[in-house]
Amino acid sequence: MAPAVSLRDAVALAGRFPLLAGVTLDVGEGEIVHLSGPNGAGKSSLLRLCCGLLPLRSGSAVVLGHDLALDRRAVRLFVGYLGHESFLYDELTVEENLRFAMRASGSDAEEAKRRSQVAMARLALSGRLPATPVAKLSAGQRRRAALAVVVGRRPRLWLLDEPHAGLDHDARVVLDEIISEARAGGATVVLSSHELGESDAHPLADRVVHLAGGRVVQAPPATGAVADDAGRPVAAPAARPATAPAPEAANPPRLTPQSEAVHVA
Amino acid sequence: MRGDRAVRALGVAALAGMIATVWLGLFVTPNAVGYADGTVRLLYIHPPLAWVMFIAYGMATLSSLLYLWPRTRHARFDRLAGASAEVGVVFTGLTLVSGSIWGRTTWGVYWAWDPLLTTTALLFVLYLGYLAMRNVPGDPDTVARRSAIAGLVAFLDVPIVFFAVSWWSLHQGPTIDLATRHSYVHGSMAWTLLLGFVSFTLTYVWLMVHRYRLAALRARESDEGLESALADRWAEALQ
Amino acid sequence: MLRDAALVCGKDLRIELRSKIGLNQVAPFAATVLLLFGLALGPNRQALQPAAAALFWIAVLLSVVLAVQRSFAVESADSARDGLRLSGLDPAGIFLGKGAAIVAQLLALEALLTVGVALLFGAQLSGGLVLLGTCVTASIGLAAVGVVYGVLSSGARVKETLLPLLLLPVAAPVLLGATKAWDEALAGTPGQAGVWLSLLAVFAVAYVAVGSVAFGPLLEGA
Repeated sequence: MAPAVSLRDAVALAGRFPLLAGVTLDVGEGEIVHLSGPNGAGKSSLLRLCCGLLPLRSGSAVVLGHDLALDRRAVRLFVGYLGHESFLYDELTVEENLRFAMRASGSDAEEAKRRSQVAMARLALSGRLPATPVAKLSAGQRRRAALAVVVGRRPRLWLLDEPHAGLDHDARVVLDEIISEARAGGATVVLSSHELGESDAHPLADRVVHLAGGRVVQAPPATGAVADDAGRPVAAPAARPATAPAPEAANPPRLTPQSEAVHVA
Repeated sequence: MRGDRAVRALGVAALAGMIATVWLGLFVTPNAVGYADGTVRLLYIHPPLAWVMFIAYGMATLSSLLYLWPRTRHARFDRLAGASAEVGVVFTGLTLVSGSIWGRTTWGVYWAWDPLLTTTALLFVLYLGYLAMRNVPGDPDTVARRSAIAGLVAFLDVPIVFFAVSWWSLHQGPTIDLATRHSYVHGSMAWTLLLGFVSFTLTYVWLMVHRYRLAALRARESDEGLESALADRWAEALQ
Repeated sequence: MLRDAALVCGKDLRIELRSKIGLNQVAPFAATVLLLFGLALGPNRQALQPAAAALFWIAVLLSVVLAVQRSFAVESADSARDGLRLSGLDPAGIFLGKGAAIVAQLLALEALLTVGVALLFGAQLSGGLVLLGTCVTASIGLAAVGVVYGVLSSGARVKETLLPLLLLPVAAPVLLGATKAWDEALAGTPGQAGVWLSLLAVFAVAYVAVGSVAFGPLLEGA
């Protein structure tokens, strides 16, 4: 079975800064993967790359069968992304926001109404909350509303950026249940957090992937011995950046044992 | 570098051409009938400036199109578009100044809202905006794509502006009427005018070469910066 | 695409109805502009009345800048812009929807300003069909070019100053055409306005077409 996410030496930039400096990663369908790493390691960037928001500078990225170097847009219908921001409109109520999101992703009016109500019920957004403008919600309620959008869309790939942040204990329990249900329904889940160490891994996760410095590293950096995702020992980088603009993918960064970056004319 | 000698020769030719144009225009060609004393001499400067302005914007638009077309997408076209727009803006400014001076001598006012000059003024502001937008920081590919689209959107406006302003001043105001002018241009005047066109065009090409090189060097610096940035990012992982 | 456009237009108008920014801020702004013109050129109506059409359309043009900024400010709050990209909506549909919402707001504003110029500058309202036709075509053209430059500048940090600089020169033909058309209508010769209306129509068609195509890449890019 083809992996849901397949990245090879993916590089993504913000201006000149490499958010991702050559990520190689495979996520199989139905897996739950926990991305872990310090702040600034590239976890959010990796999630944003996978939903097509971040352009790929070099390397390859295939998500749910879509080649992101060729077309970043097509994959978005099948992906549910929960970011740090909530993507909600302040002036609209929770229900209006949900219905808009459902209709935008292709449901008709009836279906959108139904899905919104189911999602809101699942996330305990009840009582007066559905009719409350988003601007008046607390941070936790806003997070739940944003999560409700993802739940309502029923995506094949869930990309959750620090989903537990800002949720109280009850909400976290509900979130874990939702993740299990998603996997039971055949979806793939990638979630991130900044806890380090194997012992902090999410109980539902099939495996933990550690990120640091925009790359996948196998063990947390503190242990010293570092290997990349394929198990090869890693010494120093020699990256060849793309010289042609996207969408042509240029040569991937090369790893050589030299300690200085190779100068490429 | 290989092309350096050619570029230098080009620069010398352009400079020589301009000096010759000025000398011929000021001292050798006769005064024309129907013009205030000496004002016809601007004929050798103003139309060539306007001509270069149009080539420059045309080049910028063509380059933008080539950049957006998938088969010819390459950073060089984005650099060409930016360089051409910059040079174009400079020549537009000069066109405005020379046109204004000419207007002062012919009509007595520095600005008489004639269609050509007004269109030029609008183009000036239009492309200043385009340049401002190019300078907004961002990922180079993003800026390039955004600029190319904006360049085309702006260029779409040019014929509309021209027709609008022409109709607008149909009923009033003086115009620089090029048709009647041609009857006065003959002999040494015609040659000088031709020399003016040629030397200004050469100057445009020379300026473009240098501006383009500057842009290419900047891009290379940015690419090399990327390599060291990738290396630094790596080092972060190894700590 | 049209379904998406209707969805986005409805969303934008609903937000506008809730926040009432148009009513509370843009309309008073336009009215203030008219008043300031009156102060600068008046109190004698001799200078104001012939200039009524021009002043009207300058006020509209300045208000368009505000309306476009507002339309995109809604999307930047809480990164709703990324949300739009992720939503699965057709970018051309988003363009048309946002544009349509701005047209609706512009038409309401123009109705208000028409009363304003009649009152303040003594404009004799005649040739109503031409007046209306001008408002519709000009508004469509302005909204189209506004949304294009709006999305272009909304990603930039200097967006507040960049948008007017980009938008106003491009909108110059609209100002020209609309003012001339209104001049003819107000002077009692609406038949002469034909060439100007066709200019406005060409502008509107051209920029709606270009915008539909350009909006997608611009939304991604910035």
